[in-house]
Amino acid sequence: MIITADVGAVLGYTGGMMRIGATLLKTVLLGISLNLMSGCSDSWNNPYPGSAEEANVVYSAFTERPKHLDPARSYSANEAEFTGQIYEPPLQYHFLKRPYTLVPLTAEEVPQPRFLDSSGRELPSDAPSSRIAESMYEIRIRPGIRFQPHPAFARDAAGRYRYHAMRATDVADKTQIGNFEHTGTRELVAADYVYQIKRLANPKLSSPIFGLMADHIVGLKALGEALENAAKAHPEAELNLNDFPLAGAEVVDAYTYRIRIKGKYPQFVYWLAMPFFAPVPWEADVFYAQPGMVDKNLTLDWQPVGTGPFYLAENNPNRRMVLKKNPNFHGETYPIEGEAADREAGLLADAGKSLPLIDAAVFSLEKETIPYWSKFLQGYYDSAGISSDSFDQAIQFSGGGDPQLTESMRRQDIQLFTTVETSIFYVGFNMLDPVVGGLGKDRQKLRQALSIAFDYDEYISIFRNGRGIPAQGPIPPGLFGYTEGVAGLNPYVYEDRGGQIVRRSIETARKLLAEAGYPNGRNAKTGAPLVLYFDTTASGPDAKSRLDWMKKQLDKLDVQLVSRGTDYNRFQDKIRKGNTQLFELGWNADYPDPENFFFLLYGPHKKVGTGGENATNYDNPEFNRLFERMKDMDNGPERQQVIDAMLAIVRRDAPWIFTFYPKSFGLRHGWVHNVKPNLMANNTLKYRRIDPAQRNAKRAEWNHPVLWPIALLVSGMAAVIAPAAIAWRRRERKTA
Amino acid sequence: MLAYILRRLLYAIPILIGVNLLTFALFFIVNTPEDMARMQLGAKHVTPDAIERWKVEHGYDRPLLLNAKASGSAQLTDTIFFQHSAAMFVFEFGKGDDGRNIGNEIRTRMGPSLAIALPVFVIGLLVNITFALLMVFFRSTYLDLWGVVLCVVLMSISGLFYIIAGQYFISKMWNLLPISGFAGGVDGLKFIMLPVLIGVVAGIGSGARWYRTIFLEEIGKDYVRTARAKGLSEVRVLFRHILKNGMIPILTGAVVVLPLLFMGSLITESFFGIPGLGSYTIDAIQAQDFAVVRAMVFLGSFLYIVGLILTDISYSWADPRVRLQ
Repeated sequence: MIITADVGAVLGYTGGMMRIGATLLKTVLLGISLNLMSGCSDSWNNPYPGSAEEANVVYSAFTERPKHLDPARSYSANEAEFTGQIYEPPLQYHFLKRPYTLVPLTAEEVPQPRFLDSSGRELPSDAPSSRIAESMYEIRIRPGIRFQPHPAFARDAAGRYRYHAMRATDVADKTQIGNFEHTGTRELVAADYVYQIKRLANPKLSSPIFGLMADHIVGLKALGEALENAAKAHPEAELNLNDFPLAGAEVVDAYTYRIRIKGKYPQFVYWLAMPFFAPVPWEADVFYAQPGMVDKNLTLDWQPVGTGPFYLAENNPNRRMVLKKNPNFHGETYPIEGEAADREAGLLADAGKSLPLIDAAVFSLEKETIPYWSKFLQGYYDSAGISSDSFDQAIQFSGGGDPQLTESMRRQDIQLFTTVETSIFYVGFNMLDPVVGGLGKDRQKLRQALSIAFDYDEYISIFRNGRGIPAQGPIPPGLFGYTEGVAGLNPYVYEDRGGQIVRRSIETARKLLAEAGYPNGRNAKTGAPLVLYFDTTASGPDAKSRLDWMKKQLDKLDVQLVSRGTDYNRFQDKIRKGNTQLFELGWNADYPDPENFFFLLYGPHKKVGTGGENATNYDNPEFNRLFERMKDMDNGPERQQVIDAMLAIVRRDAPWIFTFYPKSFGLRHGWVHNVKPNLMANNTLKYRRIDPAQRNAKRAEWNHPVLWPIALLVSGMAAVIAPAAIAWRRRERKTA
Repeated sequence: MLAYILRRLLYAIPILIGVNLLTFALFFIVNTPEDMARMQLGAKHVTPDAIERWKVEHGYDRPLLLNAKASGSAQLTDTIFFQHSAAMFVFEFGKGDDGRNIGNEIRTRMGPSLAIALPVFVIGLLVNITFALLMVFFRSTYLDLWGVVLCVVLMSISGLFYIIAGQYFISKMWNLLPISGFAGGVDGLKFIMLPVLIGVVAGIGSGARWYRTIFLEEIGKDYVRTARAKGLSEVRVLFRHILKNGMIPILTGAVVVLPLLFMGSLITESFFGIPGLGSYTIDAIQAQDFAVVRAMVFLGSFLYIVGLILTDISYSWADPRVRLQ
């Protein structure tokens, strides 16, 4: 009785709170009930509520929300994951062939440049670069290609655009493109490609490649200036790019356009495989420029309009992005040829089939590696990378040093695929520095000695779990100019011992150091110890162990290394001003050509003074001369000869310590097919095939809910509450 | 009371200007607009022209605080500070560096933040007060002792550990709930249960100990002795008298954080993939998106001021002796 009355008292005072609590408890119980009810057909931990189990959908994750989806602005790999599936430049990389090969996408064929002299006369294809004033690329696109359904194309019965003259109030209730009732489409024409090239010069878009392209495309720089002046004169008005001519890009007929390039620039054709040169319809710009659109995040930067196999059906970069099959896709078939091993690997099983092979792809935002990895193991992501935290769980090395999946991965029928990336990491010497810079023999020997001392074979093993191969020069594997095996070793750092590439001994390094004027790490003239400074943006415990390792490498030569930690902005500033001595950088290929790596060492591109990409400020006239020759050459023995000569120079001068080419490891489940790493192509989703039935069965098998912890928890709580309640009761009785 | 609230809101204006100025100064001491442009444009093919264009596009081509080239009031208004700050006082936050409307983002993200923060707050408050009252009821017994030990243990464990352990056991080992994700409506329930559970458990240690201290302080007071002398049971003493008198310090801690619940939790949202304001803030800091950081600091300051006003109001509600003038 007393207790009942007391409970009444308690409820009296905390009634509000208890009611809230009761409501919440009901909600939680409802949640559990829903789970229980759905337990028959769905796992409790399924993160895709309401999704059809047998849907032909790829499930993937993105770790960083994309910033730009406008093809004139987007330049990051995480953005290309979406833009690559939506936009279609005229060319693409063959999915299976290696070395990387360009093939037509919307173009009829890969264009061959025609060369013109300064008076406009056509030159033969083997004309020397010095005579070539312009290169002309004529691109013919296939007729019948149509844009995805979009309200920008919607017209009324009279043929007028339905949504080209809206007021802000008309879009007040619109939050996504799907909210517009009507959509339309139209055929892709050559003018859409020319329009996009003009967009690169639009000052309001700040295209990251405008500066680069302005140096190559005839008239693009002038167009940029004209647009900038127009924007200044009428800051509120939208620029109509069709009113501004561009000398270097012209429409020949409905399906043909021409691009004029200054001089000879054979690498330009690779740019034609990037979304920067994909078509954008003028209607889209008019549509998104209307009042109220930007406030609703309805912009071309977030709501793409393309002709590709997929369109962006749901765009919530804070949670998930959904690509769906474009109903207007022009059709394409799976490649019928590839490398020798592709057929055996099952990569030609779908040869000739219509693309895309899936209906949709769901990308969920997953910032942290733990849930990302767990969801992959639970079967909720079809494929995944391997973070350092989960590396040991996934990979083990055989006696021969080959990476293999662990037993637990094999049990789940998970497949491993590896590839050496078309990237390089290097430690750069500032060639303007009085201690480590310069082209004198003594400085060369100093840098060679340091190159030997930094044992990056060990680094790859310790810090990268074997995910990398030691670099022998600036060109990574997979690119023309790279030579496999002992024939391609860097003789200043490695030697050939019976067909094995072995790092030169530390004694060799000591000898070189002495010859450089620093016997036992001391200046031969002054006796002062050699102290070097390493600028780095790395911080935290992981970075400390890496920096300690670097210091230890130079300890072998009795040279002192001082690390100078700095943030990214200060680091960039130091590089720009040449206030560094040693620093670490990397480069990822824009396109599969050695020019894209050698230009990082080209003198006229040096960072100090010109703001170019040559961060070490290396400037060797002989190397520069060879670079100018090599960059315009077609791949072949003659070009290889020039490349070999350049490699010999750069290895001798050692402006970089060539550290390693990173190797990426990826995992996929057994139900995922047609996965072949292609580091150049970003439109490979259309080739992907999955087996939804197998996935569904595996998910059910792996995610059966374990209920005993709930029973244990309830029992445990009862075991704690019961004695407390008894004690409470006794005490109350005693008090009463 | 209305006059009091209005006066407090007016006091908020100079505070918000000060906070804004401080944020601005701190941010721009670390980053110049050029740094921000380089950060946004990436490492490849960045030319001085591209940087200039980015600055113009984002309104960072003006002087920071004082435009010496302008005349009259334009010296102050034609600056980055004024152009980017004035509109915030009418809650116009402008665009982030990614071009997205910040106000729109805040409105969209408040819901998911509240979906986690509100249940954690309410359930946490209930659980902590109940646990604290139980410890007080069993004071000086082994139950109180072990209760305090448990609280100290719970307090000593990092919040991150609760998240990782919760995800590991509940989602990965036992497959009871999704490890991360979010959905709207009823579908969202299964996603918020785990972060809410972890949030509540992680807060029990400090919360229950704090409330226990408050209640123990009250329990020695004369009115409690009087209540007991009247023959009231211990439960009645605790829930009718002590709880009510202990409300003022509880309100101090609880009401002030109420508006800040909108701001979400930085770590929880990141680990559970909740598209709330906490993850928005941390992303903006990492990306050096000053426009978003400034908006979030402004909003946080404003909500904190609102929280303080609400606390004052709640005092007068909880204790009739307190009058707002």
